Amino acid sequence: MAGDRTTTVTGVLGWLDQRMPVVDFWNKHLAQYYAPKNFNIWYYFGSLALVVLVNQIVTGIWLTMHYKPSAVDAFASVELTIMRDVEWGWLLRYMHSTGASFFFIMVYLHMFRALLYGSYQKPRELVWVLGMLIFLAMMAEGFLGYVLPWGQMSFWGAQVIVSLFGAIPAIGPDLVEWIQGDYLPSDATINRFFALHVVALPISLLGLVVLHLGALHEVGSNNPDGVDIKKKKDAKGVPLDGIPFHPYYTVKDTFGVGVFLMVFAFVIFFEPTVGDLFLEYDNFNPADPMVTPAHIKPVWYYTPYYAMLRAVPDKLLGVVVMGAAVMILFLLPWLDKSSVRSIRYRGPITKIALALFTVSFVTLGYLGMQAGSELQKLVAQICTGIYFLFFILMPVYTKMDSVKPVPDRVTMHD
Amino acid sequence: MIKRLLPWLFVLVAGPVLAAGAGPVLLQSGANISDQASLQRGAQLYFNYCGSCHSLQYVRYSRLAKDLGLTEKQVMENLNFTGGKIGDTIKAAMPAGLGPDAVGAEDWFGKAPPDLSLIARARLGGADYTYTYLMSFYVDPTRPSGWNNTVFPNASMPHVLWERQGIQTLRPAEEHAEGGEGHAAGPSFDLVKPGSRTPEQYRQDARDITAFLKYVGEPAALDREKYGIWVILYLLLFTGVAYLLKHEYWKDVH
Repeated sequence: MAGDRTTTVTGVLGWLDQRMPVVDFWNKHLAQYYAPKNFNIWYYFGSLALVVLVNQIVTGIWLTMHYKPSAVDAFASVELTIMRDVEWGWLLRYMHSTGASFFFIMVYLHMFRALLYGSYQKPRELVWVLGMLIFLAMMAEGFLGYVLPWGQMSFWGAQVIVSLFGAIPAIGPDLVEWIQGDYLPSDATINRFFALHVVALPISLLGLVVLHLGALHEVGSNNPDGVDIKKKKDAKGVPLDGIPFHPYYTVKDTFGVGVFLMVFAFVIFFEPTVGDLFLEYDNFNPADPMVTPAHIKPVWYYTPYYAMLRAVPDKLLGVVVMGAAVMILFLLPWLDKSSVRSIRYRGPITKIALALFTVSFVTLGYLGMQAGSELQKLVAQICTGIYFLFFILMPVYTKMDSVKPVPDRVTMHD
Repeated sequence: MIKRLLPWLFVLVAGPVLAAGAGPVLLQSGANISDQASLQRGAQLYFNYCGSCHSLQYVRYSRLAKDLGLTEKQVMENLNFTGGKIGDTIKAAMPAGLGPDAVGAEDWFGKAPPDLSLIARARLGGADYTYTYLMSFYVDPTRPSGWNNTVFPNASMPHVLWERQGIQTLRPAEEHAEGGEGHAAGPSFDLVKPGSRTPEQYRQDARDITAFLKYVGEPAALDREKYGIWVILYLLLFTGVAYLLKHEYWKDVH
C-alpha cells in the first residue's frame, strides 16, 4: 500500500517517493555519492561520452525520420533529402557524423585515463569489463552506421569487414552470406544493418551504460592518486576526501561540457569533414559494386586495429590478431599485478611500457589510414608486437617494478 | 607541470597526421562560395558548357534561385535548358543514350557522363581537384576525342571550354615543374593557340565554375559558418558562467 514507505518530502515528490525510491536514487547516485575531490582533467571524458551518446540518440531519431534504408534510395535520402531538402537536416547529419568520431575520442581518452590511474584494478574489474562491452558495442554501432549512407566507402568498407568472417574455416563463406543476406552488400544488408543500428545496438549501449554506472557507484570512483578514499571517513561515515557528486561534479562537468561543445560546434560548423578524417571524400560517391576504390580504409577510430589486420600476412591469422587485440583488453584487471594503482606511484618500467604502448597505438592508427608500403608494414608489425607485449608481459613487469609509497590521503595540485 | 602534461604528449604528438594522398598535384582553386557574383558566373558557364551532358540530380532550380540571389524567372529563362519545372532537380539536357529512345551521351563518349552534384566533395583535394581538372586539358591525337587530361588521364570527356582557354600541349615529363619556392610541382603546358579569353580570364572562368560546383556540393556551407560564429559565441558565454559557478561552488574544497 502507498503510505507504507516513509518519506521526508512532501507534495508531488512526496507522492512519488512513497511509491518509488526517487529520493534514495537521487541521493545514492548524485547528492550522496561521494567522489574523490582530486579529479583532474582526465575525469571529464566519462560524462562527456554520455553527452555524446545522448547527442547520437537524439540526432539519430530525427535522421531516422528522413533516411531511407534501401540500396536505391539511401544515398539520395542522405545527400538530397537530409542535406538539402530538410530544414536543418545538414546540422542533424553533421552533429551525428561528428558525434560518432567524438564518441570514440572521448571513450579512447576515458580508457586511457583508466590505464594511467589503474582504475580497472580491484574492486573495479566489473566496471572495466562493462566498459569494454560498451566499447565493443560502439565499434559495431559505428561500423553499421557508416554503411547506411551507402557511399563508396560504406559499400566497400562493409564488403571488407563482413568478408573478415569469411576467413573462419568451414563456415566462413556461408556466414558471410548469412550476415549480408546476399552474395555482396546489398539492399538486404542495408535493411538489417539499419535495424541493428537504430534499435538493437542503441538499446544494448544504453543498458550497458546503466550497468557501467551502477557497478561504479557500488564500489566508488578511483582517483589520480589511486587512493581508496573509503578508508578515511568522518563520524557520519562520509569519506574525508570525498565530496558529493552533486553539486560539486555536476557543476564542474557542466563547465567541461561547455568547453567540449565549443570544440564540437567548431567542427560541425567550420570543418565537418576534418579533411577526410570524419567524412571521407570517397563516401560522397554513391556505392558502386563495379568500381573498386583505389584505397579502401575504415574511419580513423578503427585504423589501429585495421593496421594490425594488414600487418599479418595470413588473412585468418590477421583476423585472429585483430580480434585478440580488442579482447585482450578485457583481461587487463587480472594482468596488472602491481600493488599500487596510479602511474604517479609506479616505477619506471611501467611508465616506459605505457608510453611505448600509447605511441604504438597512435602510430598504428596513423598507419591504418595509409596505403601501406613495405616499410609501413614493418613498422605496423613492430607496433603490433609492442601492443601485445604490453599486455602479455604485464604480470611480470608490474610485479618486478619498483613502487613509490602511496599517501594516505589524496593530493590536490591546485 | 611537465609531468602532468606528459601523458597528453604521448597521445597528441604522434596524433592523426593527415595523409597526403598519392593523387595528382593540384592547383589551389581559390574558389570562394561567398562571392555571389562568382557563383552566378559559374552557374552561367556551367549550364552553357557542362549542363548539356552532366546532371545535378541533387539540386533544385528553386534552390539555385534562392541561393544565387536570382529570381525564379531568371533561373528558368537562363539556366534551364531541359524544360524542367522550378521545383525539379536538374537533369542533363542531352539524353543519356544507349537506350531505345534516343542517341545520347553514352553513345558518344562510351560512358555516361557522371552526375556532378557532389563532384567538388567526392575527390581527394575537393574543389582543387575540379579546378585543376578544368585547367589540365591538352591536345592528344591518340585519344578518340583528341583531348587528354593530366588530372584524370584518358578521361572520355573532351575539352568543352577549349574555345575559351585555347589549345594547350603537354610538355614532356622531364620539363615538368619541380615545385619549390612559389611554384607548384606538376605538369607544364604550352598554350599553342590562344582562346577567346586571356589565360588570366580563363583561370577566373575555371575558378567560377569550381566555386559553383563547390556550392552545389554543399549548399549548407553558405549558412553554416554564419550560424557557427553565433553558436560558439553563445557557448563562450555559457562556459564562462559555468566556470564562475564552478569556482563559487568549489570555494570550500581544499
